[in-house]
This record gives sequence, C-alpha cells and structure tokens, in this order.
Amino acid sequence: MPWATRGLREGVVTTPYPRRPDGYGPSFKGHVVCGQAAGGAEVIAAAAECPTGAIEVGAQGARLDRGRCVLCGRCCEVAPQSFHFAAGFETAAITRQALVVPGREPDEAEVARVREQLSRRVRALRRSVHLRHVDAGSDGSEEWEIAALMGPVYDVQRLGVFFTASPRHADVLLVTGTSTAGMLAPLRQTYDAMPSPKVVVAVGTDAVSGGLVGGTYASGNGVEGAVPVDVFVPGSPPSPFSILYGILLAVGLVGQAPGGRGPGGRAPDEPSPGGRAPDEPAPGGRAPSERATTLADVEAAERKALAPERGPVAPNRKAVAR
Amino acid sequence: MKLEGHLDWHDLEGFVRAVVKSSSEGARFCGLFASPAPAGTRLLAVLSRAGQLLAEATLVPEGAAGFPALTPVVPAAAWYEREIKDLFGLEPFGHPRPGPLVLPRRPGSPPPRPGSGTPAAPVELDTSPLPAHVQGEGVFTLSYGPVRSGVFESVEYLIETPGERIPHLRARVFYKHRGVEARFCGLSLADGALLAERYEGVASVAHAIAYCSALESAAGAQAPPAAQLVRTFHAELERVANHLDSVLRHTEAAAQAVANARLATHKERLQRLRADLSGSRFGRGVVVPGGVAGAPLQGGAKVLGSLGRLEKAVRDDLDLLMATPSFVDRLRGTGVVPPELAYERAAVGPVARGSGQNEDLRSSRPYAAYAKLERLDVPERSSGDALARQWVRADEIFDAFHLSRQALEELEALGPEPAGGWRVELGPVTGEALGWAEAPQGELLYLVSAENGRLVRVKPRSASFHNLALFTAAFPNDIFTDFAFIEASFGLSVAGAAG
Repeated sequence: MPWATRGLREGVVTTPYPRRPDGYGPSFKGHVVCGQAAGGAEVIAAAAECPTGAIEVGAQGARLDRGRCVLCGRCCEVAPQSFHFAAGFETAAITRQALVVPGREPDEAEVARVREQLSRRVRALRRSVHLRHVDAGSDGSEEWEIAALMGPVYDVQRLGVFFTASPRHADVLLVTGTSTAGMLAPLRQTYDAMPSPKVVVAVGTDAVSGGLVGGTYASGNGVEGAVPVDVFVPGSPPSPFSILYGILLAVGLVGQAPGGRGPGGRAPDEPSPGGRAPDEPAPGGRAPSERATTLADVEAAERKALAPERGPVAPNRKAVAR
Repeated sequence: MKLEGHLDWHDLEGFVRAVVKSSSEGARFCGLFASPAPAGTRLLAVLSRAGQLLAEATLVPEGAAGFPALTPVVPAAAWYEREIKDLFGLEPFGHPRPGPLVLPRRPGSPPPRPGSGTPAAPVELDTSPLPAHVQGEGVFTLSYGPVRSGVFESVEYLIETPGERIPHLRARVFYKHRGVEARFCGLSLADGALLAERYEGVASVAHAIAYCSALESAAGAQAPPAAQLVRTFHAELERVANHLDSVLRHTEAAAQAVANARLATHKERLQRLRADLSGSRFGRGVVVPGGVAGAPLQGGAKVLGSLGRLEKAVRDDLDLLMATPSFVDRLRGTGVVPPELAYERAAVGPVARGSGQNEDLRSSRPYAAYAKLERLDVPERSSGDALARQWVRADEIFDAFHLSRQALEELEALGPEPAGGWRVELGPVTGEALGWAEAPQGELLYLVSAENGRLVRVKPRSASFHNLALFTAAFPNDIFTDFAFIEASFGLSVAGAAG
C-alpha cells in the first residue's frame, strides 16, 4: 500500500506539451543562432574554432549547420556578435538542408513536396504510433533521453505513442549514433522488418552527421546512408522535448503549417532523402496545406485515408492498438 | 601522473615477470595499453598499489607477430589482450581465448593502430557467428542482441544454455565500436575534452576530468582550487544520476511500477537541475583543460534548496524500496560475484565495492577537491550479489549529495572571483601522462600523449570495459529472468566498453 498512496501524493508531473507550452522546455539552450548579418574576421575565427566544422563562411556571410553542431558554444565565445545560444527545443527538421541556418532562398515548393510525401505516408499512423529504437553507435546519452520519454514527466503514451520490442509492430524507427560498421547490417535488418508505411527519425547530432565522433575506420557520418531518414533531430544529445518534437513532426502531429517554414529552420534548397518516393501512396489524399486541427479532424482524415486501402496488416494492427 | 621517467622498461619476458610479481604482491591490475612507438609497439601495464600507480612497459619490435600473453597468469588482462589484437594486430601468445572483441577484422583487413599518425581506412568486419564453447545434450546458443527489446545500447550476448541456467556467456561489444581512440589523434587539447565527454556519454564529467587531469599532469600544471570544487560538484551530481538510472532499471525489471515512476521523476528533476547549473543535462562543456569554463550557472541557497528537496525525495523512496520485500527478494543472491573472483578480475567501482573490494579513487588516489571534503561512511558490503551492489549505490547517492553540497558551500566561500581564477593556460603541452577519476561505473583511466598542443594518442579505459569482462562470469546460479537484474546491477555503458 505505501507505494500506491505515495504515487498519488505527488500529483500530476506530466508536461502539458504539446497541447500547451511547457514552462521548462524553452528555458535551456536548445540551439545556436547564426545572425543574418554574421560576417567579418570574428566569424572566420569562429569557423576555424568549430570542432565539427559546422560553420561555413561564404560571400553572403556565415551559415551554421545545426546538424553538425554539438552545442559546445565556442562560436558564441569567439564571435558573440554573430552567434548566440537560443532557447527552444523545436529543432528537428524534415530535410537535412533545413538544419543549415540561415537558409538560402527558401524553396517553398520543395518543402511542401517533402511535407506532403511524408504526410501522405504517415496519415494512417497519427493516432497510434509504435516506436522501435536502434542504437547504431551512440555515446549512451541519447538512450537516457529516449528512455525518459516513457517516464511520467514526458509520458508519451498519453499521446498514443508506444515503444515496441518488435520491429514488426513498429511504425517509427528512432536511430541514434554515427552508424558504426558493426551496426549497419542490424540497423538495415530492423528497418526492413518494419511494415510500410514507416518513418525514420535520426536522433542526435551523431545520427544526423556523425558529430565529433564520425568518420573513423569504424564509424560513419550519420545514419542517412544506412537507412532513409525522414526527420533529423540535432543535439548532443537532444533533450527529451526535442526528441518528442521530432516524433510528433514525423507523424504529422505538429509542423503542419500550410506551405510555411519548417520548424527547424528555413525551407530547404535541394531535395533530400526525405523526398524519396513514399512507400505507400494513399489515393485521394488531402491537399498538402490542409491542416488537422482537432482530434475529430484527425480521425476523419484517418478514416478517409484508411477506407480505400484497408489491407490485411496495418489496419488490423491499428485496431488492436486502439 | 606524468609517465616520462616513471616507466619501468623490460624485455618481453621480463615484462610478464614484472607484472606477475606486482600482481602477486597485491597490486591491482588496472589495464594494458598499446601505443605505436618508433621501433614497434609499446605495451604499458598499469597497476595500482596503496594509492600508487605502477607503470611497466615493454616494446614489441616492429615485425614481431605478437607478445607473450599475461592472461594465463593475470586473468584480468584477458580483454585487454584481445583488444590489442583487434586494434594493433599483435597476437597474445598463450591467451586461452584470443577471439576478436572490439573489432573482428576480416582476414587481410589491416589493424587500425590508433595513434600511428596515419588515419586507418574503413575496416571490413567478420561478423559471422561464433562456435559454441559449451558442449552437452540440449545445450544451445541464444543470441541476445545487438537490437534488444527496449531502449538499450547495442551489444550482443551469446548465452550458451541447456535452458534457464546460464553456464556460459560471451559479450560481443564490437557492434558499436566507433574507433574514438583514432578520432582523438591530431585534435587540439580543447577539442579532445569535447570528444572525451562523448566517449561514454552518461559519464561525461568523469571522462572530461580524467582527460584534463592527464593533460595537466603532462603540462606540470594544476587546475585552480575553485575549478577543482566545480569539477567535484558536477561529478557528484553525475554519480547520483547514474546510480538512480541503475536503480530505475532494477525497478523496471522487478515491475515496481510506482517506484519506477517516482525514481524516473527524481532522475528527470536532477537532469534538469544539472542543465540549469551547467547548460547541459549531462554536464558537458564544464570541464576544460586547465580548469573549468566557470562557476555553476546558479548558486547559493536556491541550488542548496533544490538539492535538499531532491535528496529527501530520493531518500524517502529508496528507504521504502529497500524495505519492499518483493523488490529486495529479487536481488538477494542474484548474480553473485564472490570477493575472490572480484579480486582475481581486479573489479572496479560499485561492482567491486559490493564484493568486499573497497578501493575508491576518491579516497585512495584523491583528485579534484576530494582530499579536502568529508565523505559519509559507506558501509562495506561483501555478499557480492545484486543486492549488495544496490546497497552500495544507495549509500553512495547520499554520499554524493553530501559531497556536492560541501563543494558548493566551499565554492560560495571563495566568492564570485576566486583567487587563482577558474582555469590556467596549459600552453602547447608536450608529454605523456595518466589521468583518472572515479566515474559512477568505477575507476576511469586516461592515457594521454600530446606534442606541441596536439593530441598524439589518447587511450580512455572505462570501468565499463574492465567490468564487462567480469559480468560474463556473474551468473553462477542464475537463470534467464535474473539477466535484467544482473545487467542493471553492473550499471555499465556499452559505449564505454566498445570504444
């Protein structure tokens, strides 16, 4: 008995995110901002100091690749006029290019195309999503942050997001680590074992670009070459909120603003692996800019999407999950 | 400890004799490390005796196929010699089981030789299944991993079993071998600290401390007193987080849902507090070569208050947990590592301290500010089971709170601008040294060699690597369902073991 009463005594510790903003999430340094006017000698010095070569200095000024950034803050010290830490955890993006800030000329059509393809693929998943995690050479910290999602503070199950042991039940693959030589085959086997439609989320700077560790005799430069990545979550490691945002982005529960900018940054300027052909093109889908605002909308859209293609596997599984 | 002038050089046979002699005189075997040398490969055996490190060295000349193995006489060397074979291509002659460990190379794929100055080409792995060791009726090999059920780091356990009992277990850690040692070569000293934090991400602070103190020894410098306190403070919070994680995994395995939820909440609060104090939920970026980046971002009564509340909440729940029979019964007698085995395998950390081996670097080879701070009494445990390890961690959690509070108070007493500042400039360091820290997993060693401010060779030796070898022997009377408890009670990080 003592445990039961103790559990009740604490009250609700679960975050209201994403329904309402969480007071804690935005308070820690989530990403580095590269000023539009970044330039001059201090930026060149900052680029030289960056341990992962995330800063590129061109004719139009500097650009920062958040997918390579390990948040060490050295550029903010060397070039405080151009770089500074900013709060916020909504750092994930649906294209690798969108992590490079400030973006070049935004290509709205390209973003819309990638978003539409992703959205069409995940339409059937929105209310019940099963995740499978694979470590492809992380430093171990990303696993802590992913595990925290199952705890009472983040409690992703309230959002219909569940972790599953079997890849056969999984809709979303969370991959951490640089993609080591040893994990290439197991990672690919896990991906292949998942039913379509499926989405891959690269969790952490190591998984996005290799970070500080990538590029050795046994370590790749991120998981993009091993499996097709749909959502990129930078951070070394990303906080549980950042990972949660990446998962919600993957299944279209956030970031559906019509034709607008991706939440992780500006629009991309070239196609990315996220733009590959979808596994299961759903017939008669909604327009890309259409937005699901309420649960009823989501359900209606889901029914519509499922109705013409009620196959033997996926819908049954969803029915069980409900 | 600076290595120049402290190395005892031997020929290959003399090397084995010297290590065996020290070991039989009671010195604890800490590790065997290879480094490329001008005329071959240098082997360095590190042993610890009465708070002193002994460094025995020998040279395997260029062209030699291998070296006489220590393992037949010093069993704790088994994994080190296999690692050297994988990474340097040197055969440990006489090793009872010299199979690949961290990098099973295909025949013809050259060893990477980290530290040799030339980046190695991508290796080709031979991941074929291993032949069984155990023969007998109905005995089969259960391959558990590398992708396991749950959110785990990738590792494969080969369980050879007739069903239920686990007479023989092998760990294959190569899946997530990243070759971090090779990545260190050529980095600046500051970049090296960032990489060290990512060698074993859950023990970032300990790794940064061990790496930086090795550099400071090589430079003949010392971090200022205020920096030592800041290091201690963050390191102890990291210890609490890791120990809580271990307890969490126990409660998960024992299906103690409320305890699990409550401890997960405490751990999350602690991680948030760490982020408030350092800008990183893992304390990254605090420890830099020569000192620290600065004071904790918040100080004074507010932090002491948060720590106090957290400690009380953890204490209440741990007290109840350790008095919950359905939990404690699950741990008692599970995964027994008898003191003799822990001694023979030179176990480190909470695993050793649960088996009557009481070495803790914070007392035996004090670093950072530990010599100045008072420690709580952590009672000796020698039953060697998962429960003993659990008790060690529970006691250490409160010791860690006590230490971190003292460190914070001492720091406050030094004022906002402490004499000596937060860091000293190390300059273009040239030299080789050993640094250490008592990570939450146990003794952590860093062998660091630099030339004109650039890293030449860095070899981290995590407690996870050292203890995982012992983990495979910790199933004397245990069955499948004990696996999760024994794994949680060792509290190891695969990243640290795989490198």
